[in-house]
Amino acid sequence: MKNFSVFDILGPVMIGPSSSHTAGAARIGKIAKELAKDSFYKVTFYLHGSFAKTYKGHGTDKALVAGILGMDPSDEKIRNSLEIAKEKGIDIEFIEENLGYVHPNTAKVVFHYKNEDSFYIIGSSVGGGNVIITNINGTEIEFTGNYSTILIKYKDKKGIISKISTILSNHDMNIANMKVTRDNKIATMLVELDNPLEDHTIKEISALDEILYITGINPI
Amino acid sequence: MFNTGSELIKLCKEQKKKISQIVIDKEMENSGLKYEELIEKMKKILVTMKESAQYSLDKEVISVSKLTGGNAKKVEDYKNNHKTICGKLLNSAMAMALSTSEVNASMGKIVAAPTAGASGILPAALFTVKERLQLSDDDLVLGLFTAAGIGEIVVKNATVSGAEGGCQAECGVASAMAAAAVVELAGGSVEASLNAASFSIINVMGLVCDPVAGLVEFPCSIRNASGVANALISADLALAGVKSFVPFDEVVEAMYKVGKLMPESLKETAQGGVADTKTGREAWKRL
Repeated sequence: MKNFSVFDILGPVMIGPSSSHTAGAARIGKIAKELAKDSFYKVTFYLHGSFAKTYKGHGTDKALVAGILGMDPSDEKIRNSLEIAKEKGIDIEFIEENLGYVHPNTAKVVFHYKNEDSFYIIGSSVGGGNVIITNINGTEIEFTGNYSTILIKYKDKKGIISKISTILSNHDMNIANMKVTRDNKIATMLVELDNPLEDHTIKEISALDEILYITGINPI
Repeated sequence: MFNTGSELIKLCKEQKKKISQIVIDKEMENSGLKYEELIEKMKKILVTMKESAQYSLDKEVISVSKLTGGNAKKVEDYKNNHKTICGKLLNSAMAMALSTSEVNASMGKIVAAPTAGASGILPAALFTVKERLQLSDDDLVLGLFTAAGIGEIVVKNATVSGAEGGCQAECGVASAMAAAAVVELAGGSVEASLNAASFSIINVMGLVCDPVAGLVEFPCSIRNASGVANALISADLALAGVKSFVPFDEVVEAMYKVGKLMPESLKETAQGGVADTKTGREAWKRL
């Protein structure tokens, strides 16, 4: 059974009014922003279930936007995030949509770039400010953002897991959780770590021949 | 390590420790923090709780939507100037619960405990027994660990999300956490703490989440006031020796099942309950 810290239960220290609809939403936004490339000019938020029905009343819209601007759930500027996004010239769009069989508090966050490229994540706010990210650009995964997290896609071959874990161990990083799945010879690995993540660790892993994609974030 | 109430009782018995100590041991092991560091971190939680529980007692704090507010001050003034029905203790507790709720609804800073919608209950219960039992803030910090232990069991086995389980999962669990902490602070046994937690959830089993206009305001703040009362009477029942016929773990399971049985309209979608009334619908239109 997954372990919780006392500060998951008594926390977050946050700006109201709703831990699931405000604090959790801010965390989904911030995790999305950390995973996305910068220089996006527009962000579209698809809101599902209770998020869709009550986002204005709970300040879910302000919180999601605060998140993609990099604010934490305890940031007193959350209430002004829509204006701040406008000042920064970022287009914001909210669309109520049925995202299928997902948690009632789910958002799909899509970042748009000038070259018509886009990037998305899907995340659910599961209560008390806790979130689960379930999809990154089409890759189904599951992580909470409570740990340093690395997502890696690679051509499946014997020994890769061992190479990656050796690099992590050489960088003095302890693996808290690790999950590997495979689809059509492409493996997806999700690693949660007890230690802060540094760029050179990611760089060293990405230098392995078989790596197709790697991204990492620190706890949010 | 514990995942259930019965495991928690077993650990407390084996190691002859209070719930708070078992929770602190577990947190130290998992986080790598030293005892003093952990206590220091929890003290900061208590400080934010204290500020929010007192902030609206002497001023009218109105919500961002401007629909509600000012009730904490009303109850505080009433307590100070009238005989009251329930006496100073309960009225003071309700005023503090309303205060945190109003800070929350005005997009101010609070501690989710376990959620923001139910954030008024635990601080109000703790600061009420602080005065009643002449406790220190350090004692209350230990109470926070007890409360967190109860909350963790519910999160692991059920839910604390209104969207998933209704208000019983938010305010009901907040009251359960508070009741267990109050019992320990009053010198009650581990079993009594869990009995108190059971009573709190049983008392509001089936309670729907029906925020008017989708806002965490009405009836949420009123339910924080009744939630602290629920916690305090549950603690007294347990301290008096009343036992829950159904044990805590099964009460949590029942609460979870009831939550699943509730239609979506009664789970934080603002489509049912008092949200779906003439006045409730009109309020939504006005926003």
